[in-house]
Amino acid sequence: MTAILEAQSISMTIGGATLVDGIDLRIKAGEMVAIVGPNGAGKSTLLRMLSGDLRPTRGQIRLKQREIHAYPPRQLAHHRAMLSQHVNVTFPFTVEEIVHMGAGDTGRAAAQRLVDAALGEVGLTHFSHRQLPTLSGGEQQRAHFARVLVQLACGEEQHGPGLLLLDEPTSSLDMRHQIDLVETARQRAQNGTAVIAVLHDLNLAMRFADRIVLLHRGKLAVDGGRADAITAETIRRIFEVDVTIDYTDQGVPFLLPQTMRPAGPG
Amino acid sequence: MTALSDSAELAKQRSGYALRPPASLTLICLFAALTGAAMVALTMGAAGIPLARLPAALGLWGDAAAAGPNLARDQLVLWSIRIPLIAAAAMVGALLAASGAIMQGLFRNPLADPALVGVSSGGALAAAAAIVFTDSQIGQSLRFMQHHLLPIAAFAGSLVTTIILYSIASRSGRTSIAIFLLAGIAIAAIANAGVGLLVFIADDRQLRDITFWMLGSLSGATWPKLATLAPVLALALIACVWIARGLDVLVLGEAEAFHSGVDVERLKRISIVLVSAMTGVAVSVCGVVGFVGIVVPHLLRLVIGPAHRLLLPASMLLGAVLLVGADTLARTIVAPAEMPIGILTAAIGAPFFLGMLLRQRGLVSL
Repeated sequence: MTAILEAQSISMTIGGATLVDGIDLRIKAGEMVAIVGPNGAGKSTLLRMLSGDLRPTRGQIRLKQREIHAYPPRQLAHHRAMLSQHVNVTFPFTVEEIVHMGAGDTGRAAAQRLVDAALGEVGLTHFSHRQLPTLSGGEQQRAHFARVLVQLACGEEQHGPGLLLLDEPTSSLDMRHQIDLVETARQRAQNGTAVIAVLHDLNLAMRFADRIVLLHRGKLAVDGGRADAITAETIRRIFEVDVTIDYTDQGVPFLLPQTMRPAGPG
Repeated sequence: MTALSDSAELAKQRSGYALRPPASLTLICLFAALTGAAMVALTMGAAGIPLARLPAALGLWGDAAAAGPNLARDQLVLWSIRIPLIAAAAMVGALLAASGAIMQGLFRNPLADPALVGVSSGGALAAAAAIVFTDSQIGQSLRFMQHHLLPIAAFAGSLVTTIILYSIASRSGRTSIAIFLLAGIAIAAIANAGVGLLVFIADDRQLRDITFWMLGSLSGATWPKLATLAPVLALALIACVWIARGLDVLVLGEAEAFHSGVDVERLKRISIVLVSAMTGVAVSVCGVVGFVGIVVPHLLRLVIGPAHRLLLPASMLLGAVLLVGADTLARTIVAPAEMPIGILTAAIGAPFFLGMLLRQRGLVSL
């Protein structure tokens, strides 16, 4: 399958500091990729470059075989949707109005159908007429996720599978909604969307992602399936934490940080 | 105990619910209010014209003979003074309120107002400079076009101020509300110092013209001035429809608006030019009239919500109502003298602004 997004040795240097250093990345339709790494590894910067928001100081990014900066904003929004980490809304828009913003120039009836579906998916149907600033942080985040889902759906109806970017989408969600959100993204990937999510929680990343991209000091440390990417040795080297890795009955790895170094080798 | 916390929870939820009247009803009510305010304004003033004599004086209906000996006087008062005055008040109110709403959308900040942050002062400085320098020897030949020069100068002054303000308050797509307000104060101070300097070097006649800006008064409203206001207002109405969705999405932040498909740079350029044109032309007609741009959109958002597609036209209507009302009050409370309207709007608007500031303290953190 052809790549939806292709980044060739992209770098970002701001004021002499190299935040992202020569990263190559190829994401196919239907693939779900988790970007993980310690604080300051350049995860968010990388994601903002992949979204077309930041222009890399070196290298090139192609979205569906076309240079990403060659798209006018409106067209770009048809092919990729992005959920940012902190969105602060100062005016009393209702949840429904915010989610509607994802629909862009889509017709009224079609937009309303997608908005209702997305509100149902994030479990905010009963909150649709509440003012967004009166909701809790997690509920607001879900509303913005619904908005991004609407944008993605509008684009995909016209142009086929697109790209969904999520920057720490679970940061203020409780455990159930973390799983719901990542599960929803996972479903989108099964329908052909290419999904890239910056995730903090390595267990969540291992549970849901096809591929894990581990960043360390702006460089790509590991890019591979969860078994290659996450080993106790890698975690110790990059996160400076000792972990135990075990497997569930289904063979999904999970990771337990150790507060004390294990006595024996292991 | 449970029941108590349940009802508290319910009340909290209910308070966040938005019950909004339909758009058509909102616009019809506001239009009716504007018509009513204009009718009242027509009858009030130094020369009173009772409501019964109004139709005849306006040439609408009614027996001219029954209107009696006052007809000619009434007609003169209405057509050469009061109608241009009321039309100017309505148009200036519409421009100021809508430019406040656009500015608040642009800066994602309900506390923005063109007069408060120095944009009006910038326009007034340029207008005052135009008065003084077109009068000097070099400008002698320009005097005849002073009439057209004032709105253009005020627009240019407002534009420069808005651009400076934007570049100070915004950094990499984020706008600090505190920096924005403080920068606005500093810019207003600089502009006012400039006006002060011009007052210092102005001669008596120029001084009188400049003082008019500093107080903010509609008494200079004439038909030709309406001819400069009307096209800008028409342009603003069209542009408002065009930028409404972009301003809505901009509330998410510049990066998010870009991700949602808004050409943020173009939207900002259009908004800045629009705010400057609307403020500038309003300033060129009646000087600095503050707080209309902050009071009107804020009140409307409480009732009809923040979506700009309705907020902008509704702001225009309510701004018109407010300024027609304020002007009528200004003409009557100290009759036969006339209070400068800028004093009145500041006296009402400034406490309102302080109230908003107290309620939104969280927003203004450095």
